[in-house]
Amino acid sequence: MSLRGRDLISIRDLSREEILEILIAARRWIPVAEGRRASEALQGRLLALAFFEPSTRTRLSFETAMQRLGGRVITIADPTSSSVAKGESLADTVRMLSSYGDALVIRHPNEGASRLAARVSDKPVINAGDGAGQHPTQTLLDLATIDEHFGTLSGLRVILMGDLRYGRTVHSLARALCLFGSELVLHSPPSLRMPDEVVRELGEAGVRVREEPDLRRALKDADVLYVTRIQKERFGDLAEYARISGSYRFDPALLSEVKERFIVMHPLPRVAEIPPEVDSSPHAAYFRQAFLAVPVRMALLSLILGGRLSKKGGRSL
Amino acid sequence: MNGARELKISSIRNGTVIDHIGNGLALEVLRILDIGSLSKDSTVSVAIHVRSQRMGWKDIVKVENMELSPQKVNAIALISPTATISIIRDYRVREKRAVDLPDRLIGLLRCPNPNCISNCEESVESEFEVVRRRPLVLRCAYCERELEDVLFHLARP
Repeated sequence: MSLRGRDLISIRDLSREEILEILIAARRWIPVAEGRRASEALQGRLLALAFFEPSTRTRLSFETAMQRLGGRVITIADPTSSSVAKGESLADTVRMLSSYGDALVIRHPNEGASRLAARVSDKPVINAGDGAGQHPTQTLLDLATIDEHFGTLSGLRVILMGDLRYGRTVHSLARALCLFGSELVLHSPPSLRMPDEVVRELGEAGVRVREEPDLRRALKDADVLYVTRIQKERFGDLAEYARISGSYRFDPALLSEVKERFIVMHPLPRVAEIPPEVDSSPHAAYFRQAFLAVPVRMALLSLILGGRLSKKGGRSL
Repeated sequence: MNGARELKISSIRNGTVIDHIGNGLALEVLRILDIGSLSKDSTVSVAIHVRSQRMGWKDIVKVENMELSPQKVNAIALISPTATISIIRDYRVREKRAVDLPDRLIGLLRCPNPNCISNCEESVESEFEVVRRRPLVLRCAYCERELEDVLFHLARP
């Protein structure tokens, strides 16, 4: 099924084949994302971005992706200066934006806001993170990082470490990895374990999932360590936060025991979970992961918004 | 029904009989029916802990002069999938059917996630997808959170 004109709200909206189609397209866009080649693929197209909560890399990478493709963007980056501050409903803001742009990218503090936006918008809507809910384009760039490094998404052993309870990126990534037959190892503080419903869903999908409290042991056969930030706001007791976040820091000494092709990933921003000494290691993949946000979002935008070539040589929009 | 049971709840001329309600759930059914909004000429009979060959024990609710909206039937199916509904006209059963849960439930439940957009925007009606029927698994169509305690999250009529 074509992605043209479609919404992307949750990673569940994509089949295995569609994910692979996006990853293949992303690979082709890398030279343009790096500025070595130019593209006018989305010339004349306008992308509307509505960010109802702060974001740096997600917003900038969408803007970069659209502009690298020759398209333009309009952005609500600060809802306090827009009609939202006057009490306009989300639905009305979305209707307005969808009448201006050719597609809409939305980030919102409430879970499900993007699904609502997709229902009221007559243009495609891409979810750029809704509260603690879904962030499917982050998952796509996580998959692109793994796929670029290993040449496959199957048969890998992936450790998910840190806040597995509230971290939206790990839930989506775990569900996506389900589709490709990789094994998951969960390493988290007891209070931030992966929710039962997610573990059950993964088990039902035939994924091998296990918890491993000993990171050293988990690392022995691992291909990927995916680290997430433990968020201070999840803890009422700051002493408890300091204790837990301190014990979920990656120790660079452990890198001496990992497989040669092993990589460390992180959705960023990081605080102290990965010390800077790891950055120069060949195992550090998180900056590459951050860069791949651009070609992955280019791929997605070009597939959702792409026009066909007309007989006269110009593009029909 | 046999004669002995008819004595426990008198028959009605026109209205609805909701039978095979899960044991102890009759009061929840009354809540769904919004009994307070009925006119005084609608007699409501309730039997709780009634012997049943099929279920062991069951509850029964009879309401005079009322036929259920599809929305109310869906809500009853949600809390008691075993229920059957009989429409009575002139003391006769005109229609009898088991309740059937649709694939999507709109406006029936509140999402358990306080940060879900369906709890934050007034114009948005809650919506749940039935992921599995037995055991019942419902997922919010907006935030994708699964709902565990159906009774607690039933929307008030």
